[in-house]
Amino acid sequence: MNIDPNVMYIIIGGMAVTAIPRIIPFVVLQKLALPKPVLQWLSYIPICIFTALVMEHLLVRTEGSVTFNWQVLIAILPTLVTALWSKNLLATVIVGIVSMAVVRLLWLG
Amino acid sequence: MSIASELSETERDPLHFLQGVKDCIPTLLGYVCIGFAAGIVGASSGVSTMEIALMSALVYAGASQFIMCSMLAAASPPSVIILTTFIVNARHLLLSASLAPYFSKYSLWKNIGIGVLLTDESFGVASDKLAKGGQISDRWMNGLNITAYLVWIASCVAGGILGNWISRPEAFGLDFALPAMFLALLISQLQSVQTSKLKHRLLLVLCMAVLMYLLSWWVPSHIAVIVATVMTATIGVFTDK
Repeated sequence: MNIDPNVMYIIIGGMAVTAIPRIIPFVVLQKLALPKPVLQWLSYIPICIFTALVMEHLLVRTEGSVTFNWQVLIAILPTLVTALWSKNLLATVIVGIVSMAVVRLLWLG
Repeated sequence: MSIASELSETERDPLHFLQGVKDCIPTLLGYVCIGFAAGIVGASSGVSTMEIALMSALVYAGASQFIMCSMLAAASPPSVIILTTFIVNARHLLLSASLAPYFSKYSLWKNIGIGVLLTDESFGVASDKLAKGGQISDRWMNGLNITAYLVWIASCVAGGILGNWISRPEAFGLDFALPAMFLALLISQLQSVQTSKLKHRLLLVLCMAVLMYLLSWWVPSHIAVIVATVMTATIGVFTDK
């Protein structure tokens, strides 16, 4: 149960740079009424971010090119069907994990 | 009023702390799987269980913890690790900005408390509730955030301890919990959009996907996430009728 001073320094620095972007909008926007177009802009953030985070897992950046991760692409299909059909977060996550485990089990090469 | 009816009253209050705890439950499997994986990756990178516990309690960000552990294993300089952590988490600026207007009536300290524990998932649950016409409050948000926070720390520590037994968490598909959850949150957002606006939102999703692909040729994915989001949300404002 040891803590390396160097690691401690990195953790504290990491805490600061993680907390600041999370807190600043809550502090700044507390006393500031935003104009309508800005609020509308902010309302598009959820759809954009979730698409981005899914794409982040789908794309593989290699030396000089961007390709698709085929394992993710295959596992995402049953996951998508479950999300559309069940409308249930937990069920989708479970089907996703099982699909990925099966894809990796069967993946040859 | 009897205790039983008082209890059921608080349970039915959509803004209550306990309701926040309940609304967090569907996301917990995601936190457990990813926390587990983060702990295992930490242990295999030579990070001690105590350090994993501190990291999950203080940094509290899945992607950052994975990257910090792998950079520690590669003996990168602390300044580079901290800068990378910042870039990976800078998207939280957008998430917080999107939610903050709903909490402007609360005190500064309440806002700081809510902001500091915000994650992709708790943001997802809150914006999902808002998209479906629901209300959110400080108590509800704290119930959601604190539940996620405690489960995350416990999962990371458990993963760190088990790290000596399981060397490859990806063989069990655990790492796929995250994209699966983001996909479910995206679909849920789209399903709560009015039919007349669905086509516009689907075009934004397509625009986002294409931009992510194109930007990934030039910049790391964490930067692509921020740039593509800013661009697509702006396009969204100008194309919405």
